[in-house]
Amino acid sequence: MKKIVKYVITDILRNRVMLAYTAFLLIMSLSVFSLEDNPSKGLLSILNIILIIVPLVSIVFSTIYVYNSAEFIELLVSQPLKRKTIWLSLFTGLAVSLGTAFMAGAGVVVLLYQPSATGLMIVIVGILLSVIFVAIAMLAAVFTRDKAKGIGVAILLWLYFSLLFDGLVLFLLFQFEDYPVEKGMIIVSALNPIDIGRILVLLKMDVSALMGYTGAVFKDFFGTTSGTLMTFFILLLWITVPVWRSVKKFNSKDL
Amino acid sequence: MIIASNVTKQFGKLKALDNVSITCEKEQCIALIGPNGSGKTTLIKCILSMVVPDSGFITFNGKNILHNWEYRSNIGYMPQIGRYPDNMTIGQVLDMMKDIRGNTQQLDNDLIEAFELGAILHKRMRTLSGGTRQKVSASLAFLFNADVLILDEPTAGLDPMASEILKEKIVLEKKKGKLVIITSHIMSELDDLITQVVYMQDGVLRFHKSLQDLQEDTGEIKLAKAIAQVMTKSKT
Repeated sequence: MKKIVKYVITDILRNRVMLAYTAFLLIMSLSVFSLEDNPSKGLLSILNIILIIVPLVSIVFSTIYVYNSAEFIELLVSQPLKRKTIWLSLFTGLAVSLGTAFMAGAGVVVLLYQPSATGLMIVIVGILLSVIFVAIAMLAAVFTRDKAKGIGVAILLWLYFSLLFDGLVLFLLFQFEDYPVEKGMIIVSALNPIDIGRILVLLKMDVSALMGYTGAVFKDFFGTTSGTLMTFFILLLWITVPVWRSVKKFNSKDL
Repeated sequence: MIIASNVTKQFGKLKALDNVSITCEKEQCIALIGPNGSGKTTLIKCILSMVVPDSGFITFNGKNILHNWEYRSNIGYMPQIGRYPDNMTIGQVLDMMKDIRGNTQQLDNDLIEAFELGAILHKRMRTLSGGTRQKVSASLAFLFNADVLILDEPTAGLDPMASEILKEKIVLEKKKGKLVIITSHIMSELDDLITQVVYMQDGVLRFHKSLQDLQEDTGEIKLAKAIAQVMTKSKT
């Protein structure tokens, strides 16, 4: 497994898109922090960019990479290797590369300018989101044979998680505003990793007061240690479930 | 060595393999012959578990190949169209395969030398011509001294000199007692290589005979004519 991961990572690191992504994150985070006098305001701007850009790049890059490695996968499958090993190596390679790119581009800068619990939380959320969207991308890529369709599905998934989902939640909230849905909101927000990430960071920022009663309920749940642990557990589920499902599919895939 | 029993595979509506059973033993050199789209490559891919059969099973040395992967270390495979990562060089591909296979003691570098790949090790895979790609595929198939060699249209795209080198190599390996499975559309080059003939059509295995039997049954010495006779017979 280690050997294949090594080949995947060296291949990705040579990719220009990866360098551009790192450079973009670096320029963005540096400029945000040097423009804002108040670092916590800068943190908020960075959070919003991270929640949009990181999932988008992770899911699109991974999907395209998986399709472009079709030859590589085919070559490996005819060799004495477990299919599971091949697939997990590909996942590990992508996750490590995208995680490293995020760390080098935005993580280090955030930790330098804002070495607080909030800064740390943003970095952790960023890395987890990178890995989660690699996992979702691999699931999308293994189920669709056609490259164009696969990339389309990936972009739609991103659109759903970062825009459509919030719209749906808002719609539901207005429909059921007469009922006490605050507890239910916690469960609904667990269905979107980006939302969980956003809530985790916002609660650390103490702007949850702005979110009204729902914010208070959130603070009650996510603010506690057990709530935070639970949230991380859900985020880990967002990684393991898609990966596990895609391994199962890949095991019986015809190449 | 390799036994396939009632292997069936369907791609959508197309039945690529229909109840195919075949037994391959050591020291045989089997020619897999049939029109385009008759399921030859699918059968080979099933043996390598690149394609998972819908029903039926395949055993390798008595072990079912399903959920088994170690058996592939005994197979050298040359695909019909060798596809390699575009931005790796020939040298990197060779090194990677050695790295993955792990058994570096008994490497067989004959073909790499014969094809003079040493001089172009630094070339990237995407810049290679179809023929050179085939040379790399062939070298990789023979590199690890595997007991079974599966060659899917090995000489397609090779120049006459290279295909002569490859044929000599196949004869040499056959003499060592290896099992060789070849598909090809060029009957004349199979004549002096093979001992067994498998004929497939529309996913069905029509017959599996030794070359001698086929020659006696059809009264033709040349494989090309014998097969032509069988094909015209099956049409009427």
